[in-house]
Amino acid sequence: MKTLYDKLWEAHIVRSEADGTSLLYIDRHLVHEVTSPQAFEGLRLAERRPWRTEANLATPDHNVPTQNRDEGIVDPIARLQVETLGKNCREFGITEFEMDDIRQGIVHVVGPEEGATLPGMTLVCGDSHTATHGALGALAFGIGTSEVEHVLATQCLIQKKSKSMLIKIEGKLGDGVDAKDLVLAVIGKIGTAGGTGYAIEFAGEAIRNLSIEGRMTVCNMTIEAGARVGLVAVDETTIEYVKGRPYAPEGEIWDQAVAAWRDLHSDEGAHFDRVVTLDASQIQPQMTWGTSPEMVVPVTGVVPDPAQEPDPAKADGMRRALEYMGLEAGTPCSEIRPDVVFIGSCTNSRIEDLRDAAAIAKGRKVAKSIKQALVVPGSGLVKQQAEEEGLDKIFIQAGFEWRDPGCSMCLAMNADRLEPGERCASTSNRNFEGRQGAGGRTHLVGPAMAAAAAVTGHFVDVRSL
Amino acid sequence: MNPFKRFTGTVAPLDRSNVDTDAIIPKQFLKSIKRTGFGPNLFDEWRYLDRGEPGVECSNRPLNPEFVLNAPRYQGAQILLTRDNFGCGSSREHAPWALDDYGFRVIIAPGFADIFFNNCFKNGLLPIVLSTEIVDRLFQQAAGERALELTVDLQAQSIILPNGEGIGFEVGEFRKHCLLNGLDDIELTLQHVDAIKSYEAARQQQAPWLFS
Repeated sequence: MKTLYDKLWEAHIVRSEADGTSLLYIDRHLVHEVTSPQAFEGLRLAERRPWRTEANLATPDHNVPTQNRDEGIVDPIARLQVETLGKNCREFGITEFEMDDIRQGIVHVVGPEEGATLPGMTLVCGDSHTATHGALGALAFGIGTSEVEHVLATQCLIQKKSKSMLIKIEGKLGDGVDAKDLVLAVIGKIGTAGGTGYAIEFAGEAIRNLSIEGRMTVCNMTIEAGARVGLVAVDETTIEYVKGRPYAPEGEIWDQAVAAWRDLHSDEGAHFDRVVTLDASQIQPQMTWGTSPEMVVPVTGVVPDPAQEPDPAKADGMRRALEYMGLEAGTPCSEIRPDVVFIGSCTNSRIEDLRDAAAIAKGRKVAKSIKQALVVPGSGLVKQQAEEEGLDKIFIQAGFEWRDPGCSMCLAMNADRLEPGERCASTSNRNFEGRQGAGGRTHLVGPAMAAAAAVTGHFVDVRSL
Repeated sequence: MNPFKRFTGTVAPLDRSNVDTDAIIPKQFLKSIKRTGFGPNLFDEWRYLDRGEPGVECSNRPLNPEFVLNAPRYQGAQILLTRDNFGCGSSREHAPWALDDYGFRVIIAPGFADIFFNNCFKNGLLPIVLSTEIVDRLFQQAAGERALELTVDLQAQSIILPNGEGIGFEVGEFRKHCLLNGLDDIELTLQHVDAIKSYEAARQQQAPWLFS
């Protein structure tokens, strides 16, 4: 009896050392501009070529501007990095969706959208949110630049197997509670280091009921619970999602693939090193109040009091977070007022996320107190689809800015960033100090909650609108 | 990569848990296409009072006197002592590059984030996991009248205190071997070209959709 993680791991072992360190074969490598230049330079210095060129797929995302693209990238250092990706891809024959390509976008949106992410694959990228792709039953994890070079040169990585954790979400999510609330609740429960050393499989009725987009939101944030790998077993939803995508197999090979994919689940009775169970019906819409994703409360609650925290190290961290965030313990969440709203990132920039946000924005106006409200689709194709559905008009009429695809204000490497002291309702994944701009204050929420904060001017339980 | 040799160095205590890689090296420095030169911007937002930008010389920037690495007694420190979940967040290898470029060779904590931990070994940095109790004790000693000096012996898997007391630590055998000998992973893997090729051939038969 094997877990899904066991099955994926074993299918990719090329060889193993005595201490269990294994050489793991990598099926797909996604590449972006920030973590790859030094790896390509390493290849060149050692006079190596990519082992299997067609296993790589590249697109710039972290640094790209989200408006006035026809003017190119103004920041010369960012421009050089994006141009370097282009130059490297051309030199080594790697397919790249460049900035003017409709398929360009955030790597973790582009991979699944193109069918470049398939169930049963090993997939890596020099980005910690690579766990996103585990939503399709792929063993996917983030790597550093040395490993990017290693994959390019050898199509393999030297890895040690993680422990396994099963997170079971029983029951159904309530109306107005989404995948982001679910994963924030999980992180609140197990903590930001709770998954360190583990590969996490998400299971249970609430996970099965999620669309692939929702599952991607959940797997995306497993790294915020400390785990490199997040997984969901393959089911009909997965197979339906993959079918017909540009890189997906067709005809006889499709049938053969589907037959193999049907085995991509944990066997009944398989052993997990740790099992955590949550009741979906108890999960409320969530928002973070502090500077770590584990500092999370239901939006109906209040900012917690460090004096109530028994662990002194934790209490100290809470005090520091309150000071940084400019908040007082005991403040109701609904009294916290953002200056900026950001809807986007590899966590929440897919079509379903935009639909959720647009449903709230429709017929309403962004509050006057909001300085900026951005909607940044995850890819050019998401943007196109949203426009076909008229979502862009809903956002623009409500007073949101409708931008071009990229990572944008999630990490603020481009021009989209918070000013010191600005508070943001953000659908991204990290509320670390300075993450969205030096001195910026981030509250993580789901897309409907972000839109609700935009139109009311304060955080609010989306179910009450 | 240079072989990791036994050394004695000063300990700089950074008493915070969950130090993320955004704090270790802020995003604006990730625009560089080089892998060196990140040391002056290590912990940039904590270390300086002004806002750091890539390409700006750091020697004239105003230092934050409250930040521990700026204390004169910790100048030249080679060992960073910190709290749980160090290196969480982004996979940026710029974090270990910055720590290495600054001069750190060892980081001691009760726990590390997985990707960061792994990235350290690729750059000759040794992350050492010790129990919370021992880390607490080291923090106390590091706050003493004089800065704490420790000897790190990877071969013996031991940290030696000034009084001669040794503290053992765990490290994976393969990683230890690579660090001690300064081995390059890619070279090692390319010794197994035949194994990779035969895996690939078998896999292609079994799962042709992965090779189209």
